[in-house]
Amino acid sequence: MLKLKKTPLYEKHISLGAKMTEFGGWIMPLQYTGILQEHEAVRRRAGLFDVSHMGEVMIRGRGATEFIQKLITNDISGMREFQVIYSPMCYPDGGTVDDLLVYKCDAEQYLLVVNAANIEKDVEWITTHKLHDVEVEDVSEQYAQLALQGPKSQDILQKLVDFPLDKIKFFRFVDGMNIAGVSALISRTGYTGEDGFEIYIPANSACKVWDAIMDAGEEFGVMPAGLGARDTLRLEAALPLYGHELSPDISPLEAGLDRFVKLDKPDFIGREALVKQKERGISRNLVGLEMVDKGIPRQGYGVQVEGRSVGYITSGSFSPTLKKNIALALLDIQYAEEGFQVDVMVRNKALKAKVVKIPFYAKQYKK
Amino acid sequence: MKVINGLKYSKDHEWVKVEGNKAIIGITDYAQDSLGDIVFIDLPEVGRNVKAGDAVAVVESVKAASDVYSPVSGIVVEVNTALEASPELINQDPYENWILVLEMSDPGELDALMDAEGYERFCEEEA
Repeated sequence: MLKLKKTPLYEKHISLGAKMTEFGGWIMPLQYTGILQEHEAVRRRAGLFDVSHMGEVMIRGRGATEFIQKLITNDISGMREFQVIYSPMCYPDGGTVDDLLVYKCDAEQYLLVVNAANIEKDVEWITTHKLHDVEVEDVSEQYAQLALQGPKSQDILQKLVDFPLDKIKFFRFVDGMNIAGVSALISRTGYTGEDGFEIYIPANSACKVWDAIMDAGEEFGVMPAGLGARDTLRLEAALPLYGHELSPDISPLEAGLDRFVKLDKPDFIGREALVKQKERGISRNLVGLEMVDKGIPRQGYGVQVEGRSVGYITSGSFSPTLKKNIALALLDIQYAEEGFQVDVMVRNKALKAKVVKIPFYAKQYKK
Repeated sequence: MKVINGLKYSKDHEWVKVEGNKAIIGITDYAQDSLGDIVFIDLPEVGRNVKAGDAVAVVESVKAASDVYSPVSGIVVEVNTALEASPELINQDPYENWILVLEMSDPGELDALMDAEGYERFCEEEA
């Protein structure tokens, strides 16, 4: 059996009594006290996630900007230093290699943050397409990453950082911050639909920073939160998860990520295929579903109209915030319209659902 | 992990309380703890004829759907409808909050189930 990788916080999770689970080749905390409690903590107060399994790839060199422009579908030409952008990265046929965050340190240095399960695949893909004056370095092992998410995140982190955090706007970052004596990169980013921060620190300091944040957050009711709550939170916010809403078989246009696909950019891998897809019109699109009948839609369940297959569920769950059963689904374009009624095939039973607007849960804070 | 003396247990983590010819069936503390927060339960229809080993109900947690297998054969004579509105009752007390009652057709099948001590050992080996 493949040996599962552990983050530097593995022992911490065990000591906190976490239920552990396999995720993308890693052994990660699924939950500590319970998914519902952790989910609620993030929506109302704050939750601290260990996301050290995410991959970090440093791109350096004179051709760094040009190279990343070629790799990804979003446009980094107007990006400022200390800005972050989200982007899909595509194959020539328009299918998705991965979705990632680009951190611009300066014109010749960028940090790409990629999905845990895709680190090796991405590094290989990036290296294969490398330009001669660019250096690609997988620095995943060097970094631990924590995500502090929820309306109290800033209050908590401010106790530890000698820098006015309200100066960090949404999708911006600062580097070289001191948290409990540890040098950290802090970005105002996240994957929960709440205000919050992602914090990159040297792997060997992960426990120290984790403890400092948990101590600082005690008075605000911070809770450690696992992958279970991370998944229900991101689903409510309709944020895509690679392997569900995006894959080699699903293009970012089909996944509804048009605003991160800049077809007017001169060239990038997959552009030609995506331009064609756009001109022809996509044949399926990602939608939100809300169950009308009782039952929980899960990934892979078929969606039908009058007994005919029209798509499938990419992610689904009980929504702890809305107390409804919700899903994201890839549906044939003629049914991908708000208000349409479809059947979700739950254990061979056709249960009614309707197409609804996404996100299911809208951000409650100002950018 | 809580195990109650006097009940019968299956390898699929259901418990059975025998009252005359009736089998009251639920899931064990080990099962509810493994599942996590339970948010939905799909109960069988009263009158349904089931064989030992049949999937007879579905318990869904936030993360996953899990079948409940009937440890014995018989006819469903009662279901715990309180669970439809409050499935979390199973998390709170899995032994008090039973799922269904069967009129057994072959009480001899009970012999194939474990007692409390045997089940505890079984769970330790599984862990």
